[in-house]
Amino acid sequence: MSAVSGPRTAVAVTAAKAAAVLSRRLGFGGGTALPGLVADAVAPGLAARLAARLGHGCVLITGTNGKTTTARLVRNIAQAAGYRPVHNHSGSNLMRGITACLIEATDARGQLRQPERRLGIFEVDEATLPEAAAALSPRVVAFTNLFRDQLDRYGEVDSVAAVWRRALAALPPATTVVLNADDPGVASLADACRGPVLFYAVSDTACAVEEIEHAADARWCPACGCEYTYSAVFYGHVGHWSCPGCGRARPAADIEATRVGQRPDAPLRLSLSTPSGQLDLSLPLMGLYNAYNALAAVSVAVALAVPAEAIQTGAASFTAAFGRQERMVVRGREVHTILAKNPAGLNQVLRAISAEEGPKNLLFLLNDDIADGRDVSWIWDVDFEMLAGQAALLLASGRRAADMALRLKYADIDAYPGIEPDTEAALEMALALTPEGERLYVSPTYTAMLQVRKLLARWGQRPPFWEEA
Amino acid sequence: METALRLAHLYPKLMNLYGDRGNILCLRRRCQQRGITLVVDELELGDSLEPAAYDLIFIGGAQDREQRRVAADLLETKAEALHQAVAEGVVLLAVCGGYQLLGRYYRPAAGEELAGVGIFDAWTVHPGPTARRFIGNVVVRWQGGTLVGFENHGGRTYLGPSARPLARVIAGFGNNGRDGSEGAVRGENAFGTYLHGSLLPKNPRLADHLIVQALRRRYGEVELAALDDALEERAHAEAVRLATKKAIFRKR
Ligand SMILES: [Zn+2]
Repeated sequence: MSAVSGPRTAVAVTAAKAAAVLSRRLGFGGGTALPGLVADAVAPGLAARLAARLGHGCVLITGTNGKTTTARLVRNIAQAAGYRPVHNHSGSNLMRGITACLIEATDARGQLRQPERRLGIFEVDEATLPEAAAALSPRVVAFTNLFRDQLDRYGEVDSVAAVWRRALAALPPATTVVLNADDPGVASLADACRGPVLFYAVSDTACAVEEIEHAADARWCPACGCEYTYSAVFYGHVGHWSCPGCGRARPAADIEATRVGQRPDAPLRLSLSTPSGQLDLSLPLMGLYNAYNALAAVSVAVALAVPAEAIQTGAASFTAAFGRQERMVVRGREVHTILAKNPAGLNQVLRAISAEEGPKNLLFLLNDDIADGRDVSWIWDVDFEMLAGQAALLLASGRRAADMALRLKYADIDAYPGIEPDTEAALEMALALTPEGERLYVSPTYTAMLQVRKLLARWGQRPPFWEEA
Repeated sequence: METALRLAHLYPKLMNLYGDRGNILCLRRRCQQRGITLVVDELELGDSLEPAAYDLIFIGGAQDREQRRVAADLLETKAEALHQAVAEGVVLLAVCGGYQLLGRYYRPAAGEELAGVGIFDAWTVHPGPTARRFIGNVVVRWQGGTLVGFENHGGRTYLGPSARPLARVIAGFGNNGRDGSEGAVRGENAFGTYLHGSLLPKNPRLADHLIVQALRRRYGEVELAALDDALEERAHAEAVRLATKKAIFRKR
């Protein structure tokens, strides 16, 4: 008797599918979370039962920044390797979003289509990891990084690390854990792992910055309390760290970026040394933080024993998630939208923008909805000062536009910041004020990104996101 | 003669949770625009505080783990100097965790009670892990106007007879969510508050109040030139609007 195709499951799947259609028709968005909620109510435990049918098991990807990009890279690599991914690509990364995407992969009888070829690739919210790990028995769990993010929602960085440790301690011993060796807060999770661990790292010190940023969080050794010392800092508290007190240090990496090529307006080029040999990748992404996302994705592929050629082919087919880091032409201007929602993320975005050529037309959108974090004080930990002397256009928008404008004023970036709280009006204004042929950088927080991408989809004739992928 | 002020920033690396750096940026800029040089010294664990050397002292907030280390270091290396400085009129601003540690004690949800420095006649009690955390936008009444910010604290702070509240809550929770008080003031020169956001950039009146107090003590009667605060006032007004939009008095 199959539990998956039992009557209760079939009812749940049907109800959930109906909810998805309804949600889409009513214009609530991609219909990404509602079906999961419906299914949970009708048949609790459905996600676990469906996940158990995934022929190749599943991969969980979590961390403060880079989850979406990493998961999408894994998805492309998996496709190149012949898997049929089940992937919560809309970024709905709570349990209900994962349930919804498993349901989407079923037929009318509640059976997974082509179960033997299926690999689950799930981006998981930091706080949801224990629940997801317990329900889905993942083959691989990958961590990107750990930074302060929406303290009003997740609590302190220490509490997030404690939640992760709990999740890791409960994993089956066969689960491979993929860790960022250069982030001391992530690397030290290795003590909590029961099974195999793969570390990834950047060894190319040519991309190091001069000094540690204000967005550094893990600065003190949890074992002895000493301040870490760095022979190279890449961003935030990520780099070649060691503790002068107890000798803990960045572990040796299994997957390593020996060269990171970042040139203005050119794809990111990576030379990776991996257990499956040397790999050279070229990705349509900018910024060192994306080198780390690529490393995390390649490490997941290595853990899944994906052959090197498939990694190469998959990475080559990669395009960034719509609205997260994407270039598109709207009314003769190249609009480059980059999601940033915490100090470490926005610092990396600003660093990447300042490294590009040409005048910088900038629009920052700051919202304070629950999904953005209600507290906007984090913008004072961002080093906007690095844009000084570079801005041709500087606009602040969103519900907290005035807060953002004030922060920009303090950064002494040439142009006096303009304020337009309304997203649509601000985008219109930014496009009108950006000379034709020039580039407009748009950096929204999460809910602002949803609005921006809807508008750009309309003006640039891009399909809405749930039709993508 | 050059006008200069010296500020001691206590534990900028450890106590920097909610954009506390914005407060220093604000003081520096508002001094600079009046031709006043603000020199900032960063004092970390183990560094001693020379009370006579400073005009202003600032301490921000931190995570629990860091807060324990800071509490011990404060008592060991800085408590006496802080008392002396405040008695001599040095201007002190303590935000969130820093405010809690400068009270008499902090009793956490679990673990040992932390002894405070006792600058403020106040104590803080965390009512336990299941108690509601006070999170949200805050507006308080202060000196005939308002102060705005964001609060995020589990501890409830109560004031003793020799402390005055800094302000009265209009929207939000303040010290303890009950008595309508927010923050604490000792004498004319020591201020504690739960408001971050950052606090000073959006509250230029408070920033100038601190600067004036510090200047007076060193240079006698002063008048600060007015600055173009259009953007500051707009951000302040927007924060008031957002915090008071839903309900003036929240359910407790
Ligand atoms: Zn150590």
